[in-house]
Amino acid sequence: MTEILETEAAANDRRRAQVRKSLARRNGAETRFKMLGLASVLAAMAFVAVLFGNILMKGVPAFWQYNLDAEVYFDPAVINLPERPVRQAGQSEADFRAEMLGWQRRLALVNWNRLIVAAVENAGSGVEVDDRAAVSIIDSGARFVLRDMVAADPALIGQTVPVRLLLSADGDNWAKGKLSRDLPDNRQQLTRPARDAIDALIASGAVHPAFAWHIFTNVDSRASPASAGLAGAFMGSFYMMLVVILLAVPVGVASALYLEEFAPKNRVTDLIEVNINNLAAVPSIVFGLLGAAVFINIFHLPLSAPLVGGLVLTLMTLPTIIIATRSALRAVPPSLRQAALGIGASKMQMVFHHVLPVTFPGILTASIIGVAQALGETAPLLLIGMNAFVANIPATPLDQSAALPVQVYLWQGNENRNFFEERTFAAIIVLLGLMILLNALAIWLRTRLERKA
Amino acid sequence: MTSLLIAALVLALMAVAYQQGVSRSKALAGAGRLHSRPQYHGALLALWATLPLLFILFLWLVTSGTLQDWYIAGQIPAEIAPGTSDYAGAAARLRNIASGFGVAGEAQAWETTAGANLARFNTTLLMAAVGLGAILGVAGLVLMRGRLSARMRARNHVEAAIKALLIFCSVVAILTTLGIVVSLVTETIRFFTFVSPVDFFFGTVWNPGYSTTSNEASGSYGMLPLLLGTVMISIIAMAVALPVGLMSAIWLTQYANPRLRNVIKPVIEVLAGIPTIVYGFFALVTVGPALSGLGDLVGLRVNATSALTAGIVMGIMIIPFISSLSDDIIRQVPRAMRDGSLGLGATKSETIRMVIVPAALPGIVGAILLAVSRAIGETMIVVLAAGNAPILRFNPAEPTSTFTVTIVTALTGDADFASPQSLVAFALGLTLFVITLMLNIGALAIVRKYREQYE
Repeated sequence: MTEILETEAAANDRRRAQVRKSLARRNGAETRFKMLGLASVLAAMAFVAVLFGNILMKGVPAFWQYNLDAEVYFDPAVINLPERPVRQAGQSEADFRAEMLGWQRRLALVNWNRLIVAAVENAGSGVEVDDRAAVSIIDSGARFVLRDMVAADPALIGQTVPVRLLLSADGDNWAKGKLSRDLPDNRQQLTRPARDAIDALIASGAVHPAFAWHIFTNVDSRASPASAGLAGAFMGSFYMMLVVILLAVPVGVASALYLEEFAPKNRVTDLIEVNINNLAAVPSIVFGLLGAAVFINIFHLPLSAPLVGGLVLTLMTLPTIIIATRSALRAVPPSLRQAALGIGASKMQMVFHHVLPVTFPGILTASIIGVAQALGETAPLLLIGMNAFVANIPATPLDQSAALPVQVYLWQGNENRNFFEERTFAAIIVLLGLMILLNALAIWLRTRLERKA
Repeated sequence: MTSLLIAALVLALMAVAYQQGVSRSKALAGAGRLHSRPQYHGALLALWATLPLLFILFLWLVTSGTLQDWYIAGQIPAEIAPGTSDYAGAAARLRNIASGFGVAGEAQAWETTAGANLARFNTTLLMAAVGLGAILGVAGLVLMRGRLSARMRARNHVEAAIKALLIFCSVVAILTTLGIVVSLVTETIRFFTFVSPVDFFFGTVWNPGYSTTSNEASGSYGMLPLLLGTVMISIIAMAVALPVGLMSAIWLTQYANPRLRNVIKPVIEVLAGIPTIVYGFFALVTVGPALSGLGDLVGLRVNATSALTAGIVMGIMIIPFISSLSDDIIRQVPRAMRDGSLGLGATKSETIRMVIVPAALPGIVGAILLAVSRAIGETMIVVLAAGNAPILRFNPAEPTSTFTVTIVTALTGDADFASPQSLVAFALGLTLFVITLMLNIGALAIVRKYREQYE
């Protein structure tokens, strides 16, 4: 009897020990699992931090570029120009343009580099620089800055004017210390006198960094990379977003209204619904193929035009807007509809007078998010020729143009990697800044409008 | 200037018609009860007045170019043969004279008269179009004005017009799909006149010979190397995104306190909003060299642009996609199942592993399929970071190529649009479209079925 009791107690003890042991193991597993989850979340957050940190660290310095504060003497011996033509009474537009072109050609043929060489030599570096070295320090776009100054005001000829000249890409790289100073001469992009001159001018304060506003005001340039800017790409993207807002938003909202409020439940509307869901998941590059085959090859719309890009992005954004609008419509309580119908409103009046105003914040947010998404899209634009180099600000949506994301693509492919890596990150900062602005606008509008409603 | 005038004309006609309708219906209101409010009578008249005008203007817009060409053909002397560059030049000069821009230097006598004629022809054509449209519009206005009556169902007519517009808008989505399918299929058929489908689908060598002298297909167009690259990169991406995304979703739904969750979730979702070109450049400049350096440390040769680089960065991009989809799905698992398991003494992690995840599995599989379809169609990351080397090899540390990369290189090069080197982009696009379509349909079916199960 006592034996049996003893063995039972022993068995219980054993079982308890077993459970305690397994409990320790299970709790250990629990902690490990929880840590694994936490680690995943931290990893995802770390990716965000690394990505943004990397972009900001590398991109922000590009917004400051080195300049030379120079005294430029507009030497009449170098600038040899007739009077600027004025349109005579009775002269045809075409004739006047031809004469003006002739004058502008003379202006362009002036050896502006000689003014720049003189300005660099007089900057007081104390280093003997030959002409070629002097020119290599200054951005080649400076020629056009001087030319445009004279074109705007021919009276400058013969005067000495303080002008801020942008350093060339190589000069900027050297001044920022991005090039190793230990490399032998034959592997440096600038000659020794040019490098010494930059160092001396930095020491004397004549060469100093300044905020590079031209990134926002200039167009892309291959000949003078230091002064290349985003203005053309920005306007191209602006026109495309305009097309998307004018087409995708009304068509998307109208389509969602029909499908959600009016369409009878039958196979055709089922088909449209499945079709829209699938269209939302079609890779964006397929929309680019559609644009290339239909808009470019069949309708012969111009290559690289923001209008075509806008149309392609419209088709791509449409499903997003339709789906978001439909879910906003679905969230409207049926009592609202029943109340409107009950007091004698027609279905159309119910929708436009009561349902649509309530969903307005949701539709607005969906539209802004759709537009932000379209703003960052690159692949379809490459297929309709928007990867062309365009050094103009498009005046109309039918002109050739670049776009912000495509500009990032073009700049990352530039051969002058030292200079353009930073510049590409700067373009990315501008692009992300615009997208964050749009999203912030969406959030702000939503909270504001929802509070009112 | 002219277009502004025409727009003003349309708006004026619309305003007059609306005003007429409103005042007429107010006059009718004295005779008996109106079926529709006066605004609807006004809107109906405005529709009847402007639609004919807009229709005629649309016709003019579409046909005026052709009519102008036809008129110019009659003006240019016979010694300039049509189709030559001289002819095109002469036509351009005539257009410039007619538009008032003029030509540099002296215009020839026949050019001046022909240009003046052309200008007169253009004006007449436009005037005729505007005049005809306006007459039809006014006719519509007068006709309908006479037919207005108190019992007329003006509101129903106007609403029918609006409904027609709404239907037209929802058909746009269908037309888009149709456009995609038709354009991809026709161009693919054109491509298959150069290259046999068997060589395309089962060939193991991708080497489109670029020839400058002819449009003949002189290379090999086997898509298997591209398929391998695409699959390899997608697998790497999923290997990164699936564990991180799924575990994040589990931690956020099961362990995190709600306030922390409301902060962390949007931060992770930021990853979904970043343009892919940004990821591509990040991969090229930062991740690639870092991986290559890491490889050197452990004695492996890793190329900076490789399937690995592109796959890892693509995985990062897909994390929020997986995590927010799984988040939704896990929340849909009924609370009773979870509570039952916890009540039986299972720990939280056991409940998750043995009850919640199995119950949510179909939904998670759907999410994975959607994520894979995104990975396959992703373009800019692979264009920048995969190295564009369409060679059949299984080493993820080597450069590779995908469908999307090849589509971009084929259509951004100098090849003629009708050459097989360009047309192959459409064959690849069609393959890509079909693959992603099947994945999407499968995923949506699974997700929908799963949703019904618990509702």
